[in-house]
Amino acid sequence: MRIGSLIFFILAGFSAIASDARDFFYSSGKIYVVVSVLLIIFLGIVLYLIRLERKIKKLEDKDEA
Amino acid sequence: MYICRVKHWWKVLAVLLISYSIVGGFLMDVPDLGILGKTIRNLHFHVPMWFTMIFLLLISYIYSIMYLAKGKAALDTKAESFIEAAVLFGLLGVATGAFWAWNTWGKPWVNDPKLNGVAIGMLIYFAYFLLRNNIEDELKRGKFAAVYNLFAFPIFIVLIIVLPKMAENSLHPGSGDTVGFSSYKLDSDLRKVFYPAVLGWMLFGIWVAGLRSRFVNLKLKHENR
Repeated sequence: MRIGSLIFFILAGFSAIASDARDFFYSSGKIYVVVSVLLIIFLGIVLYLIRLERKIKKLEDKDEA
Repeated sequence: MYICRVKHWWKVLAVLLISYSIVGGFLMDVPDLGILGKTIRNLHFHVPMWFTMIFLLLISYIYSIMYLAKGKAALDTKAESFIEAAVLFGLLGVATGAFWAWNTWGKPWVNDPKLNGVAIGMLIYFAYFLLRNNIEDELKRGKFAAVYNLFAFPIFIVLIIVLPKMAENSLHPGSGDTVGFSSYKLDSDLRKVFYPAVLGWMLFGIWVAGLRSRFVNLKLKHENR
């Protein structure tokens, strides 16, 4: 599953940087936490759009066949 | 993989540009501007909503002209879908603008020519949907909607750009007695994030509107079966 593997890589990336990242976040008033949260929300919406587009594409292909 | 397909490159670009603007918008140094404080960062998020709305409306306008010339139903669907997406961005613009104004200018809705103009402008496009939903015949609906759009877009531009510029005073930059964006300190740094953000959101808007029109096309096909 392509979406599944994408999520896996994101999580793997997060866990790898987690320990260093904590110090990094503390050193800067934690604004990076907010930036990351926004990026996650935005990318979540993007993933939703990609899945939606795929479903539409499937219907279109079915329609033409 | 989906993102590797060549024809999707501009969607990838949209996502990258918006992601960049989120990172840059928060982390870059910004000037401290009077009552705005550092909320000028909102420039990278609030203003692109409006630019995107106008851009999508312009595309819809072009589709309406093409529909009148060629009469293909798919062009009418495109015109409608782009207005729908544009209105979504407009509502986001109003919501973010009201929140920003509330915390800087003191009130969520101030008596500003830009705000009054956009309120009427949004109503014009609400009426577009009212018009569409009340005509059963497909051909008639398409033609009425397209001609309506021919009038609506120029009026919208006058309401939100021309009239605010001619007004005596305004709180928005570049309107009435206020100076434009270019006179801010550090403006070149703001631009580095602002322009990519605008381009990113415009492409994102085209993506959303395109999905909507493809959905409507499928729906129409099934209804006509």
